[in-house]
Amino acid sequence: MVRFILSKLLYLVPTFLGITLIAFSFVRILPGDPVLLMAGERGVTPERHAELTAQLGYDKNVVLQYFDFLGRLFHGDFGNSLVTKKPVITEFLSLFPATVELGLCAIIIATLIGVPVGVLAAIKRGSWFDQVSMTTALVGFSMPIFWWGLLLIIFFSGILGWTPVSGRISLMYFFPDVTGFMLIDSLLSGQEGAFGSAVSHLILPSVVLATIPLAVIARQTRSAMLEVMGEDYVRTARAKGMPASRVIGIHALRNAMIPVVTTIGLQIGVLMAGAILTETIFSWPGIGKWMIDSISRRDYPVVQSGLLLIAGLVMVVNLLVDLTYGLINPRIRNT
Amino acid sequence: MTDTTVKLSDAAIRRRMLAEFWFYFSQNRGAVLGLIVFILLVLIAVFAGLLAPHDPTVQYRDALLVPPMWEEGGRSAYVFGTDAVGRDMLSRLIYGAQYSLFIGIVVVSIALVGGIVIGLLAGFFGGWVDTVIMRVMDVILAFPSLLLALVLVAVLGPGLTNAMIAIAIVYQPHFARLTRAAVMSEMKREYVTAARVAGAGNLRLMFKTILPNCLAPLIVQATLSFSSAVLDSAALGFLGMGAQPPAPEWGTMLAEAREFILSAWWVVTFPGIAILVSVLAINLMGDGLRDALDPKLKRS
Repeated sequence: MVRFILSKLLYLVPTFLGITLIAFSFVRILPGDPVLLMAGERGVTPERHAELTAQLGYDKNVVLQYFDFLGRLFHGDFGNSLVTKKPVITEFLSLFPATVELGLCAIIIATLIGVPVGVLAAIKRGSWFDQVSMTTALVGFSMPIFWWGLLLIIFFSGILGWTPVSGRISLMYFFPDVTGFMLIDSLLSGQEGAFGSAVSHLILPSVVLATIPLAVIARQTRSAMLEVMGEDYVRTARAKGMPASRVIGIHALRNAMIPVVTTIGLQIGVLMAGAILTETIFSWPGIGKWMIDSISRRDYPVVQSGLLLIAGLVMVVNLLVDLTYGLINPRIRNT
Repeated sequence: MTDTTVKLSDAAIRRRMLAEFWFYFSQNRGAVLGLIVFILLVLIAVFAGLLAPHDPTVQYRDALLVPPMWEEGGRSAYVFGTDAVGRDMLSRLIYGAQYSLFIGIVVVSIALVGGIVIGLLAGFFGGWVDTVIMRVMDVILAFPSLLLALVLVAVLGPGLTNAMIAIAIVYQPHFARLTRAAVMSEMKREYVTAARVAGAGNLRLMFKTILPNCLAPLIVQATLSFSSAVLDSAALGFLGMGAQPPAPEWGTMLAEAREFILSAWWVVTFPGIAILVSVLAINLMGDGLRDALDPKLKRS
């Protein structure tokens, strides 16, 4: 097992270096002089320009610049935002919980609905339930989620008036950030109605973000169940006279879950891409909206480090999924 | 003893393969429906000039935000109503089909050709070529696709062409990986060894001997990528990074409509339905193609 983990970790090194290389070259090929952009509308004198260029290292050899960049990364220095002047990592960490909260709620919704629907559809293969649920899943999979979000806003916020249109909590409530997770902080604050407000703000964005993972999980669960249910050991269990619930619950589901767990883990990339759109529609103050805003403000250090941090995160989660996969399936570990 | 084997001509074999393909494809009703909708979409795009009642960019100043004709205040001249600057929604939707199909075709072609060449090189030569190529593909795959496309568009400058290039770059590793896997399994077959012994060169082996036998998974992936390309380019348009106004691209139309979501439902609803229906039709076709082309699934 140690060898398996080590080999996986070793495998990550070139990928990580590749990611840093892409993030590094991004700023160098962008149109415009980064120093001029940093100076903004105030402009900059030629002397100051030269001074800043030297200070930021843009006058050095590109290879040297890259190693400087790598060196700073290993010291946890991700640069400062051009707009807010704050360290990028501080901004990232302060917005990150909002995206995690949204993403976790989405993946919980997707799993809690997707897995049972997939299992039922497989057990009742060919029934109306199978057909309706799989057609719905395909519609969900094909859904432009930015439009889906707008539709839900029209219906639930516009027509029914049930949910707010944007933000994480009503402006009526104010309490200190303890965990950064609004659901937990609102409970800790003890203010009446705060938790309800946080939930009502969270529900539509989570449903929108959950849509595509839900469809993928339901389809994957169904096909994994169908495959497993055709295996000899399931037939044997049935032949022994085991009750259907036990055959499905113990023999089939457990084995069918292996690819499903992987699928759920791999949804992190889908979630991050979805978060960009969902957070933009619902003005959700998370990483996705931060990236979009930084791109349109040409805040390059934020875009560069944000890209790096998000890709690193996706990479680490994928590694964890790989390791879990090896843990629950010994055949993978030993190959 | 009489010889009962019948030798079929190449054309006859091809006809049989097509017939077999159609047999499996047509068993999937959803796939046939998807195909019909897709053909309709192609016809709409091709004959947009004839079908559209108005010019998609002309602004009728006397008809701002007119509701669809069946709603109160609707006019028969504007079946699906008009947008905030008085352009006919139906005409814009019809012309939008051209954009979506064009984007899908361009993105898939670039990604497919690039991916096939890279995958063939990696799978055929193996060793360090394979290692380097696959590590580069891993790096691209480590980024969430929409995010990488967004950043690439920021580098290249917003616009439809750059959006298509960015999406194609992001999709290309999927094709490279599929091709590589298929090539590696085909390389072990006897017919490849036979061709090599007969003196076939590397290029001939790669493109004429091996590639045709790896096409099935690539066709399925191409269909799925087509629908994703339509979705992602609409998303980029929605975020202001894809096709630029006044282009009647469905995602861009949605972006322009955002501020009216609570006052004029039609400007938001119709472009979204157009995207959903086209993507759904292509995905249905993709499912049918996979069933028809995957021998493992055929007899299950």
